[in-house]
Amino acid sequence: MSNGNMNLTLKVWRQKNAETKGAFATYKAEGISPDMSFLEMLDVVNEGLILKGDEPINFDHDCREGICGMCSLYINGHPHGPKNAITTCQLHMRSFHDGETIVIEPWRAAAFPVIKDLAVDRSSFDRIQQAGGFVSVNTGVTVDANEIPIPKVIADEAFNSATCIGCGACVAACKNASAMLFVSAKVSQLAMLPQGQPERWSRVQAMVAQMDEEGFGNCTNTGACEAECPKEIKMTNISRMNNDYFSAKLFREESTHEHAAGE
Amino acid sequence: MSEFKQTFNSSLGKKLIMALTGLFLCTFLIVHLGGNLLLFRNDDGYGFNVYANFLTHFPPIEVIAYLLYLSILVHAIYALVLTIKNRKARPVAYATVNKAPATWSSKNMGLLGSILFLFIVIHMSDFWFNYKYSDKIGYKEYRTNVKTDETTAVDYVPESPKFEKSVTTEGDYEVVRVKDLHARVASSFSNLIYVIFYVIAMGAVSFHLVHGFQSAFRTLGWVHRKYTPIVYFIGTWLFAVIIPLGFAAMPIVYYIQSLK
Repeated sequence: MSNGNMNLTLKVWRQKNAETKGAFATYKAEGISPDMSFLEMLDVVNEGLILKGDEPINFDHDCREGICGMCSLYINGHPHGPKNAITTCQLHMRSFHDGETIVIEPWRAAAFPVIKDLAVDRSSFDRIQQAGGFVSVNTGVTVDANEIPIPKVIADEAFNSATCIGCGACVAACKNASAMLFVSAKVSQLAMLPQGQPERWSRVQAMVAQMDEEGFGNCTNTGACEAECPKEIKMTNISRMNNDYFSAKLFREESTHEHAAGE
Repeated sequence: MSEFKQTFNSSLGKKLIMALTGLFLCTFLIVHLGGNLLLFRNDDGYGFNVYANFLTHFPPIEVIAYLLYLSILVHAIYALVLTIKNRKARPVAYATVNKAPATWSSKNMGLLGSILFLFIVIHMSDFWFNYKYSDKIGYKEYRTNVKTDETTAVDYVPESPKFEKSVTTEGDYEVVRVKDLHARVASSFSNLIYVIFYVIAMGAVSFHLVHGFQSAFRTLGWVHRKYTPIVYFIGTWLFAVIIPLGFAAMPIVYYIQSLK
């Protein structure tokens, strides 16, 4: 094309709701600028569908700057598309070539039921967080920053774990639909810091118990999660959580229930 | 549900059992290879047959052996349970192939494990079962001249079928009569199909352990920038290269010898 715009074929998963069976539908995306984001390209396609009186493709999105964790999409076999360390909203159409067929699927996991089309219900992640992904803080006067000394390596590592945006790409990429990378990042970011110590041993038990209850798969350490994570969360978090979990279960006084009670 | 039961029923608890049984089986491989290196001694199976007799008649080893059989079963059953759960965790499969850069081994542990389980069943029924519970294994008599240290071997037929081993002295000769497992090994390894199956199974050991050994440490939570490289080194060179090659060499060498 003379103006550099692209024509693409989209194979998109369409599903009315969690109860009905879905199927792929094929759409043409024409005159797409390579500088559009993937979501903007879908906006253009949806506009066309609306003008024709068809139902637009439902997909999740919010901030569109890579920090909210809302956008998803399993694009050509990769969560968030073929590029590393970005979310779908940061993926640009220049990563594809003119005439390409793009297959777009929702995250597929029993714990992430489809709401509609490409949007899935990730509230299982919220419930895992609510089970223990917090610290209890006393109210009162504001504490000065850096009041508690924390070694730089520990602070950095905790911050790296805390960059998890909870998008669910780890579950989508995992051959077992395991949520271990997400849960371990959320456990780690608090387990490494002094503020997270009082609830450290009950937290890990409560969050793993909730993870199991939600019906995620089991970790086989394949490393697909780490490779596909838009925030490059490391698998070392998983080992750190395992270590804490076994320590808590086998050698600690605290149980899961203390955490649920809110201390 | 008691807390212990709850722990071992959790996803991480089941993985812990996989890791511990797996690592136990790994340590067994070292001992098994070490002992079987006796097959490479050119002594008509003298050392090997005495070793096999020792293994089956030394009570502590028998206890460990039963622990080993239990570990194999538990490892396989838990693998099956976890795989079923993992399948249920993704009821609708992706239409596109997952392109995440995960190693082939890590994605095919079930297939590799199934090959190994089949191998273990055949391997044990051929050698272990026949040795302990059948009369298909013959006997050998080794006569060692105490002065010259020269040993000659002849087939031996005991009076009682329950005969296991005897060590006697006849003049200048020490006479050892023992079950001849070595002959069974040599005859099995003269069958080309059998040899190929063994070599394939050792390939499966290699690929299973190149992922499995380090994965067990990850599951246990023993990951550290100082020690993890050592775990990877041992998992790769000892368990995925030296041990499978050592085992695969046995049928290959015996097959080549059988051609002469």
